[in-house]
Amino acid sequence: MTDQPIAPTRRSLLSMIGVVAGSAAMYHAMTELALADTSTFKGPVKLSPPAPGTSVLVLGAGIAGMVAAMELRDAGYKVTVLEYNGRPGGRNWSLYGGDTYTELGGFTQKVQFDAGQYINPGPWRLPYHHQGILHYVNRLGVALEPFTQVNYNAYVHSTEAFGGKPQRYRTVQADFYGQIAELLSKTTKQGALDQAVSKQDRDILLAALKEWGALNAKHEYAKGLEAGERRGYASDPGGGLNSVPIAGKRIEMNDLLQSGLWAAIGAGLAYDMQSTIFQPKGGMGQIGKAFGKALAPLIQYNCKVTEIKQDNKGVKVSYIDSRSGGTPKTATADWCVCTIPASVLSQIPMNVGAPMKAAINQIPYMAALKVGLQMKRRFWEQDEQIYGGVTYTNQPNTMIGYPQWDFFSKGKGVLLGSYCFGTPAYIAAAKPPEERIKDALEYGSKIHPQYKKEYECGVAVAWHRVPWTLGCAGFWTDEGRAAHYNNLCALDGRIVLAGEHASRIPAWQEGAVTSALDAVTRLHKKAMSA
Amino acid sequence: MKTKMTIRLLAGAVLMLTATAALADTAGPAPKPKGPANFSGFFSPFPFQGGEAIYKGVCQGCHMPDAKGAVGAGAYPALAKDENLETAGYPVSIVLKGQKAMPFFGMQLNDQQIADVVNYVRTHFGNKYRDKVKPEDVKLMR
Repeated sequence: MTDQPIAPTRRSLLSMIGVVAGSAAMYHAMTELALADTSTFKGPVKLSPPAPGTSVLVLGAGIAGMVAAMELRDAGYKVTVLEYNGRPGGRNWSLYGGDTYTELGGFTQKVQFDAGQYINPGPWRLPYHHQGILHYVNRLGVALEPFTQVNYNAYVHSTEAFGGKPQRYRTVQADFYGQIAELLSKTTKQGALDQAVSKQDRDILLAALKEWGALNAKHEYAKGLEAGERRGYASDPGGGLNSVPIAGKRIEMNDLLQSGLWAAIGAGLAYDMQSTIFQPKGGMGQIGKAFGKALAPLIQYNCKVTEIKQDNKGVKVSYIDSRSGGTPKTATADWCVCTIPASVLSQIPMNVGAPMKAAINQIPYMAALKVGLQMKRRFWEQDEQIYGGVTYTNQPNTMIGYPQWDFFSKGKGVLLGSYCFGTPAYIAAAKPPEERIKDALEYGSKIHPQYKKEYECGVAVAWHRVPWTLGCAGFWTDEGRAAHYNNLCALDGRIVLAGEHASRIPAWQEGAVTSALDAVTRLHKKAMSA
Repeated sequence: MKTKMTIRLLAGAVLMLTATAALADTAGPAPKPKGPANFSGFFSPFPFQGGEAIYKGVCQGCHMPDAKGAVGAGAYPALAKDENLETAGYPVSIVLKGQKAMPFFGMQLNDQQIADVVNYVRTHFGNKYRDKVKPEDVKLMR
């Protein structure tokens, strides 16, 4: 059946586990991922002027659609953008106090946050090497601020370990690295690595392990100042009398391994998570807003596309008012850039060839949940010295993200109380928003007991309930990509698709940007030779 | 055939998966993880037993509590009074392998769970298909 995604077989699943299951394998996997990750952005495109009057319809005013519209307009095309929502940005979106969000099924949430507070239901980070989206951010004059991914003083937490008491990222990482270094030093000294490491390199390796793991002169990860410089102290050094640092007690390797917390200290190693990461001041949605302002005369809002038809002369798109329905209207153009998510596009009649059709039908969308929780005071800063960053937990909320702005403010703060994917996100989507919030509060209070006293109001976005995406991002399998990806991206007559789903950086805005630039470049080439 | 799922997506999900020790055993209930915590749960098994609990715990997120589906820019199809459910193999196949926007659930639901939820939907919401799907039938379709 061509419209079924290629689900992984059991054997292939096991091979996947093999790839991600060990810490040795982790680096291998990361190397591969890093290669797959690199943005193809090579600077802004420069399209030559088209034949006068050449027109393009862009479907969708998300990041991909607006990048396409901006470049085509700049080249001299006559551009019209049709957008389902009443605002620009698509998944580039922030929810502020006073906003109203109605999901599929009819639940309407009125966001009660105070002024200056928000959450980003969609993307929330801009890695430094995502130079495509950063180019537009700068072109549009959107101000950025740093986003701290790894906060050494945030927590890693498992309900099954250390009596459910959250551990500081700092101590878990230091103790894990330190004891691995110690173990490897012993092995090296015993000659067990002689096959792999030359005699000459042996001493260098020992010196490197000593430095990497903060070992003492005897190559032990011991209670002492070396380790304290990494993991912190039971009592920190200070000035004046009574200022001698007191070393803490390491968490033993067996406990670390059994706790599973070693799995929560890797995120910042990934290429996409490495410092420096940015976020727009005032919310990710500022990018969409700025794009919308720059392209204001071109965008028609509240248009639900119902049919896309092409022939050898042009493209005709039918649409209705997304709020009131009514009689379909039509828009025509010479060419079409369609950025409608594949989950929605697969349901819209469109006369493209079988290969593109099969590709569109190939991409289900992933489940994700984000919950924003406004707290009366910033207790994570005031009581626990956590300024920005992310806590990881084995509970279904998966993450707690701390606000990355207004540090030391005496006012309120909004936590990202849940950011989960897959199974827990599906389960959340099946519940009403208030229950998703209740769950996030329950999980979060296991880590921060202050939750229950300080909570004021919240909002929960389960992406399978979002009316215009039916999920959060295109979910490709490797087999599906191998069989269909090129067909998804290839021009079909007068239509080209773009969006994060037509990229190898799925779910990232950089994927949408680079996909759009590639699509308009190829469309332009064809338009110029037509 | 070597497969890696495109799991590196959503920023942070990736490395967390290193600890996903409890992936669904497609032949039966997944073993409970000993020690290592499940940090992402991306493909962890749905903890619901019985057709009604599975429908309410998972399916109604999109198909809605009354199984009448929902319409936005795209639509979730109604399962109420659904003639497409007449042949039981069809919904089993869709749940296992997905179709268009519908994700595949073969990794998070075992044979019994899929049989139960398909049987539930085929006998509720105005559907009256009496023939039952057995876990063995699901297994054959994997």
